Amino acid sequence: MARIPLRKMKKNQSGTITAVKVGGEMGRRLREMGLVPGTVITVQGRAPLYDPVALRVLGSTLTLRNNEAEFIEIEVADLATDG
Amino acid sequence: MTTTTKIALAGNPNSGKTTLFNHLTGSRQHVGNYPGVTVEKKEGVYNAHGKKVHIIDLPGTYSLTAYSEEEVVARDFLVTEKPQVVINIADAANLERNLYLSCQLFELGIPTVLALNMIDAARDRGITIDAARLEELLGLPVVPIIARSGQGTVELMDRAIAVAREPRTWQPVSISYGDDLDNLLLEMETEIETAAFLTDTYPARWTAIKYIESDQQIIAKGQACNPELAAELTARVAAVADHLQQTMDTYPEAVIADHRYGYIKSILKQGVIRQQFDPARLFASDRIDMVVTNRFLGPLIMVAVLLGLYHLTFTYGKPLQDVLTMVFGWLGAGVDHLLPAGHLKSLLVSGIIAGVGGVLSFVPLIMLMFAGIAVLEDSGYLARVAFMMDRVFRIFGLHGSSVMAYIISGGIAGGCAVPGVMATRTLRSPKERIATLLTAPLMNCGAKLPVLALLTGTFFTQNKAQFLFLLTLLAWVVALLMAKLLRSTVLRGASTPFVMELPPYRLPTFKGLAIHTWEKTWQYIRKAGTVILGISILLWAAMTFPGLPAEREAQFESQRQAIMQTHTADTTQVSQAALGTLTAARNLEALQHSLAGRLGIALEPLSRLAGFDWRTNIALVGGFAAKEVIISTLGTAYSLGETNPESSASLSQALAADPAWNPVTAMAGIVFIMFYAPCLVTVACIIREAGSWKWGLFSMAFNTAAAFALAVAIFQAGNAMGLGG
Ligand SMILES: Nc1nc2c(ncn2[C@@H]2O[C@H](COP(=O)(O)OP(=O)(O)OP(=O)(O)O)[C@@H](O)[C@H]2O)c(=O)[nH]1
Repeated sequence: MARIPLRKMKKNQSGTITAVKVGGEMGRRLREMGLVPGTVITVQGRAPLYDPVALRVLGSTLTLRNNEAEFIEIEVADLATDG
Repeated sequence: MTTTTKIALAGNPNSGKTTLFNHLTGSRQHVGNYPGVTVEKKEGVYNAHGKKVHIIDLPGTYSLTAYSEEEVVARDFLVTEKPQVVINIADAANLERNLYLSCQLFELGIPTVLALNMIDAARDRGITIDAARLEELLGLPVVPIIARSGQGTVELMDRAIAVAREPRTWQPVSISYGDDLDNLLLEMETEIETAAFLTDTYPARWTAIKYIESDQQIIAKGQACNPELAAELTARVAAVADHLQQTMDTYPEAVIADHRYGYIKSILKQGVIRQQFDPARLFASDRIDMVVTNRFLGPLIMVAVLLGLYHLTFTYGKPLQDVLTMVFGWLGAGVDHLLPAGHLKSLLVSGIIAGVGGVLSFVPLIMLMFAGIAVLEDSGYLARVAFMMDRVFRIFGLHGSSVMAYIISGGIAGGCAVPGVMATRTLRSPKERIATLLTAPLMNCGAKLPVLALLTGTFFTQNKAQFLFLLTLLAWVVALLMAKLLRSTVLRGASTPFVMELPPYRLPTFKGLAIHTWEKTWQYIRKAGTVILGISILLWAAMTFPGLPAEREAQFESQRQAIMQTHTADTTQVSQAALGTLTAARNLEALQHSLAGRLGIALEPLSRLAGFDWRTNIALVGGFAAKEVIISTLGTAYSLGETNPESSASLSQALAADPAWNPVTAMAGIVFIMFYAPCLVTVACIIREAGSWKWGLFSMAFNTAAAFALAVAIFQAGNAMGLGG
């Protein structure tokens, strides 16, 4: 198992959120959408210019900009990180 | 007797709130604004077995913090109006996230009924929810419904009304937030209770939680109510925040959110949700997205869809618009015939019918455009467009969703800024939204096109089509740069988080589309009947008064008599032409004499810098009202009598013959017309949508100044290079 920022995840990779390291409005917006520790997410794809990223969270699809994804730390299985 | 029953609808965006509201209230609804903000307020009446129930549709929110206007509006409504019951609509396919808002309603303690909406869609995704079990665990009525077909809504309303009838006080639910915060909350709660701090409006524990979440609105209210206790509470929270930061590297508000989700998970785990498929399984919607947001196909499909929408609107809207223009033309001609010459006739024909008719003739275009947008929005495609375009628009301080407003305003040449400005409603962040609605009118709307085409056709005869295309590109470049400028000056501020939901693709319903489209079109029509009517009359007056002095009128009249006298059967043609010239000369002089004419002449010293003479000035001043007016006013100013935009050939010749006009002047004119103050309907819309007069005035002043600077630069540089010949 390894902990990486969400921004570094590859397409179709899944993982569990371990921390959301931001407060203020951004932190609140991320949390109210269900991005809290323990939530499982899957990277569903990226926009044509590689940013924003689309995630599958709790059965719905969310989009985040890369600079927002930076604050989210994910625990992923080792295998996928170097895939 | 009790007062009328009041029920509020609350829920996440896209949970089907509007659909339920429309189903319950049918046509018995009223759309207005909450005082002081641009958030829409929808109210309606539901007929419960012959009894009227008042229903209020709160804005869709994910939470009840103080970060967005919508959220503040929603919670202020709940605490001040105290509806007897709230119907909380939750998307059953996405229950965990939807219950986050519910938790905050429970903590507020307001009597709540949970409506599990879209159980059909959830079932298709293999999700079944045990409503009875959930009801038992939450201790409040839970009713599964399908808002779209109305299934379950009668039961929902019956149960909600039953709750509303129970005389009971609010019973806030306490959620545990872990040892650190629970202790803090307990202490704060006691202090708040003893001091009766805001307790007439908010439950004590709720206020304490808001302090921990550093909720600006509550903190400000607390400060006003009891500054000592407020300081004390803030200090307590700060101490615990420090502690959390040091021991766990986290924030108090993060702990709160985590525990709310923990509470939700603990409930759902007790046999509430059954999931038939692997949650990571791809559904139809995801498959569509694999193509539609694909790196290569995505942008192509997007261009095709947007062009298609634009094409459809103008293919079907333009003929209807022409029909309406014609009808108003006939109406004008009819009145012209019936009434004796004079100010009343002139006011009716040139002021009211031409002005209001001009606006109303846009209705078909606006309606089709809104219908198209409603399809894109309800189907879920618009969110994908925002997703794909965000990276580009962010460079300029805008948001992915800004693209729609630009395109509708004329981004592909020939839209209309009015629906464009209204389309910025899909943007949720205020600064990006205002930057978008201020720059969207810089696009080449359908009313600017005839003028641009006229000048292009007269002075840039080679490569006319390419030239117009270049002007479209120029509009984009200028709009984006202006947005950047605004966002780094008056609208400075970090971009709001993009966190956005991509809703699953859904087939829009006809009823939903019809209501959507009609609502927006009606707002536009209402405006035409009020604001525009007034402005048309003003503009007419400015171009009519003061009239020519009596002796000049008498002179013209005697000249006319002279022509009539020499008139014989053989010289009909000659005398007709002479009469025409005479009328034109009189009209020109009258225009020069009028307020608008004097303004044009007064502005000449300044406008000369950009190469505009007084006639152009009058036309441009008229263009403030509506860009269509530019050509007809230029026509009057060039003594052409009645000039309509369709047959501007003679105006083109007149301009080509005038030594004041040359390609450099034309280019300066084109640029000025493209970018100066938006037309008055648009300004009215900007004021409405931005929620303040300030922005309407700003857009007029700022755009005109910027456009003038550009025009002067072009004119001076062009002449310096000797292109003016
Ligand atoms: N399958 C299904 N679709 C539904 C149901 N209710 C609503 N929808 C669809 O869900 C979409 C969103 O519904 P809206 O009523 O616009 O949602 P809203 O909560 O008002 O959303 P906002 O206007 O963004 O606040 C629409 O396309 C509806 O047709 C339902 O019970 N079943």
